[in-house]
Amino acid sequence: MILLSPLQHLGRAVLGLLATIGQVAIFAFDGLSHMLRPPFYWREFLAALLQIGWLSLPVVGLTAFFTGGALALQIYAGGARFSAEAVVPQIVAIGMVRELGPVLVGLMIAARVTSSIAAEIATMKVTEQIDALVTLSTHPMKYLTAPRVLAALIVVPILVGIGDIIGIFGGYVVGVQQLGFNSASYLKNTADFLELSDILSSLIKGAAFGGIAATMGCYFGMQSGRGAQGVGQATKASVQAAAVLILAANFILTSVFFSS
Amino acid sequence: MITLENVHKSFGPKQVLRGVDLTIPKGESMVIIGGSGTGKSVALKCVLGLITPDQGRILVDGQDAARAERDAFLARFGMLFQGGALFDSLSVWQNVAFRLLRGSLKRPKAEAREIAIEKLRRVGLTPDVADLFPSELSGGMQKRVGLARAIAAEPEIIFFDEPTTGLDPIMSGVINDLIREIVVEMGATAMTITHDMTSVRAIADKVAMLHDGVIKWTGPVAQLDSSGDPHLDQFIHGRAEGPIAAVR
Repeated sequence: MILLSPLQHLGRAVLGLLATIGQVAIFAFDGLSHMLRPPFYWREFLAALLQIGWLSLPVVGLTAFFTGGALALQIYAGGARFSAEAVVPQIVAIGMVRELGPVLVGLMIAARVTSSIAAEIATMKVTEQIDALVTLSTHPMKYLTAPRVLAALIVVPILVGIGDIIGIFGGYVVGVQQLGFNSASYLKNTADFLELSDILSSLIKGAAFGGIAATMGCYFGMQSGRGAQGVGQATKASVQAAAVLILAANFILTSVFFSS
Repeated sequence: MITLENVHKSFGPKQVLRGVDLTIPKGESMVIIGGSGTGKSVALKCVLGLITPDQGRILVDGQDAARAERDAFLARFGMLFQGGALFDSLSVWQNVAFRLLRGSLKRPKAEAREIAIEKLRRVGLTPDVADLFPSELSGGMQKRVGLARAIAAEPEIIFFDEPTTGLDPIMSGVINDLIREIVVEMGATAMTITHDMTSVRAIADKVAMLHDGVIKWTGPVAQLDSSGDPHLDQFIHGRAEGPIAAVR
């Protein structure tokens, strides 16, 4: 019996995890179906665009700038070990566009947007605002989830594109000001080395990460338990799930795009 | 007319409703009383379809609530929630006119605002409240805005969930009078759940007592004090001793 207990716990945990994955998948498809069927709530969509996109710009910009700068320093220092300092512009560009830009923006969105969506919807649930929506003939999936997920799918790739550019700019500033690169040749090396497929993969990752971040916020908000503790748990769980899923999706998408 | 037939609802092992049978005639004000946690809110939410009963039927004017087209069905209802349930992100007038700004009852924005202000006046609030946000209002004002929202689309049926909870006695009296006036004026069917006996006497045409998941007593409000039902007597007189356990 004592030996069986850990197995029982493991079994319960696995079953619980599988059930949650199934519920999230059903929720995501439900949200998607509401995106495609009228009515559309344009005001909520525009508010979500502003909240997820415009208001996330400062944190995305600062994160990308400092990461690009640090990346330039690391590559220069590491490259110096085998006389490869000159590859800084190329590696900063490819590192930011293929990997760090989308992942860091995705994680920033998970921290800033997923948490805010989850806390807002969970509070609405706890204070019966979701029930009020239903009694006012408004489907919560259509009014709350669809506009937020659609906005994230559209605006996070744009944020990733901006993050990529700012990150490369951060590397450029460090490269030119601190590491002695020629400005024109730094920019030329960057532009020559990047391919369209790098940029497309970055934007596709952005859309996937945006969709994950908004869906997790909405799902855990809607599933919230009662009271302040319920809101807190929902917020915490949404950010954890979004961050892990973004990193897992990044691995899968990187394998699909670049494994050959 | 609203009819609940043998409605059961459980949450896990906890049986909340064990066969509720209740009829609310058209145009009457029914108040459901009962202790905390006896399933009053669950019964009300079952009628609205916010909770699906495990067993039994709910009929509204002979139409099965479970099979009705949701939008048309819900358009017949107005609901005042216990805490107001006003949308924080919208101004007061947008809350009141919520149904008039979207969906099948959509009106031009200016007209919706005008109706919202008229409804706010009806519940005793001045037009300058219209552009405030719910967080800027007192509890009593939030209840009134919730009431204005419930009546904005002139529904045939209005539900009131603990309308006076958390209000001082004077504000409770104001809300009770408003509810009574509005229900009479609109000729609406009303279902109120409360454990405030002052509300019961002010609002009700008929009273039903819910205990142990079933309706223990139902009758006109005038017979409340002479029912002879020990559960009802204990409840309306607020006695700790009696058939209803004080600790549940």
